[in-house]
Amino acid sequence: MFIIGELINGMYKDIGKAIQTKDKSIIQNKALEQIKAGADALDVNCGPASKDPINDIQWLVNTIQEVTDKPLSIDSSRTQVIESGLKVIKNKAIINSVTADQEKLDILIPLALKYNARLIGLTISKKGIPQNKDQRLELAAMIVASAQEKGFPVEDLFLDPIVMPVNVAQSQMKDILESLREFKIISDPAPMTVVGLSNVSQGTCQRGLINKTFMIMAVGYGLDGAILDPLDKDLMDGAITSDLILNKHIYCDSYLDAYRKK
Amino acid sequence: MTPHKTVRKEENMALDLVKEKWSNAVAVVTIGALKDEGGTRSSVVRCGGEEGLPFLFAEGKTPHRPVIAMEVLDVEPDDWPQSLTSAIGPAIKNPVEWAVKCEKDYKADLICLRLSGAHPDAQNRPAEQLIKVVKDILQATTIPLILIGCGEDKRDNEILPLCSQAAKGERLLIGETVQANYKTLTASALADGHNIIAQSPIDINIAKQLNILISDMSMSIERIVINPTVGALGYGLEYAYSIMERARLAALSGDKMLGMPFICFVGYEAWRAKEAKASETEFPTWGKQLERGIAWEALTATTFLQAGADILVMRHPKAVELVRKHIDELMKE
Repeated sequence: MFIIGELINGMYKDIGKAIQTKDKSIIQNKALEQIKAGADALDVNCGPASKDPINDIQWLVNTIQEVTDKPLSIDSSRTQVIESGLKVIKNKAIINSVTADQEKLDILIPLALKYNARLIGLTISKKGIPQNKDQRLELAAMIVASAQEKGFPVEDLFLDPIVMPVNVAQSQMKDILESLREFKIISDPAPMTVVGLSNVSQGTCQRGLINKTFMIMAVGYGLDGAILDPLDKDLMDGAITSDLILNKHIYCDSYLDAYRKK
Repeated sequence: MTPHKTVRKEENMALDLVKEKWSNAVAVVTIGALKDEGGTRSSVVRCGGEEGLPFLFAEGKTPHRPVIAMEVLDVEPDDWPQSLTSAIGPAIKNPVEWAVKCEKDYKADLICLRLSGAHPDAQNRPAEQLIKVVKDILQATTIPLILIGCGEDKRDNEILPLCSQAAKGERLLIGETVQANYKTLTASALADGHNIIAQSPIDINIAKQLNILISDMSMSIERIVINPTVGALGYGLEYAYSIMERARLAALSGDKMLGMPFICFVGYEAWRAKEAKASETEFPTWGKQLERGIAWEALTATTFLQAGADILVMRHPKAVELVRKHIDELMKE
């Protein structure tokens, strides 16, 4: 599993405050903590409270790059903020994210090519959140087609089926899982798949358990990566063990530690 | 996320071979120390460093060619067939002369000294005698040395630290550690600047676990060599091959805890095979015993080269010569 740590996000109180006061150590500690726990990449999001996200994203990227060379996922719904982050990035970059809207694809795919970044494509459009598997697949195919047309390598594209909270859209869960399997057969080479995991448990009283159960099931359906809280040890143990069951790394008695030290 | 990508290239409708792109290389282990490095060797051996599968040079570099170590016992071997002992001649009674012959006459890359005489069920030789053999061989030869105990844990834990200390700074490759007994020898090797062999019983899970345990003692992965344990042709060769192949694939895909060079004791395994040592009177239809034995050792060795062997420990000079020529051919790009 490709783990993208979600904790550097201005919506969390400590991070929001650190961005406001430009306190590097809080950001850097959070980055290192997540990597130590097994994160392969770090999501970077200024959060809704940032008054100046164009500069804040650069400060965040530079602050994190001082302590790690892990890939950074520049997370914003605004193209200008993403480009601002990409301008200063030295580590490998991931653009988080583009929606299945032609005008957005026309801007963000060239941007990803320009900065040699991977790209997360959400199967959502101006028309709203898809309500079933077929709608998700249609949007996914549109994103893949657009990438191929523009010469963007499909294996660098992550497709996100948009995970809904289980207490809001319980009837869609199976469709979401099955979408993952279908995304993988859209093209050869296949696109990668990713989910923003914590959404599945929003508003429930069993967040950890629901996150973990959904993730493990999703891995069985072809999930390649997840944006999640890597400090949730139980969740990470589940992710590492899922990979083990799928023969992605070799068992040994210390396989959990070995994975984290990799 | 898959750890490596498959790259396809199409040109003028012709389809190129599919090339794997790997994300990790095997660690490079240096055996032997020159005079200005604190040792007394006149050359060192570097092994490992492969960036792709064996001899697929288009996929990744092989910076160091596989090497051949020749096995020398501290006492005259009592269970080697005559076809093997007679090839070495009278020197087989004297480990120092034997080692010199391996270097000078047979052009071995390394000497592998096995302290068989230390075994409590054999001669149970006192430590001072064993240390003397180690020192004398180091003095009489100039190539790097691999030092192997007698295989009895308790005795090895007593004698190997002493030999390790006596050869301090020579950057030996010393062994063997196993999952149930690795701490004493690892501590000695760490203190005296040697490399270490991690042996697992044809078991990839134990191989990985032992490497983790040893590296948890602060031994760097550039100082560990995996002995995956092999079987000779007809005696589990395919199984051992598949374990090595799987470990190497994992290593190249990013698993650092399996990303060390392999040492294969092919001489030890091949000359235990009935086909190698049975007499002609016993099996008249099997052909000449001498040729059979050499062929058995050479074939076992060349097979493991294809599985990723970095160090072959061999016995018969003729088999060594054949395998060396074979490596020359394989290394031509």
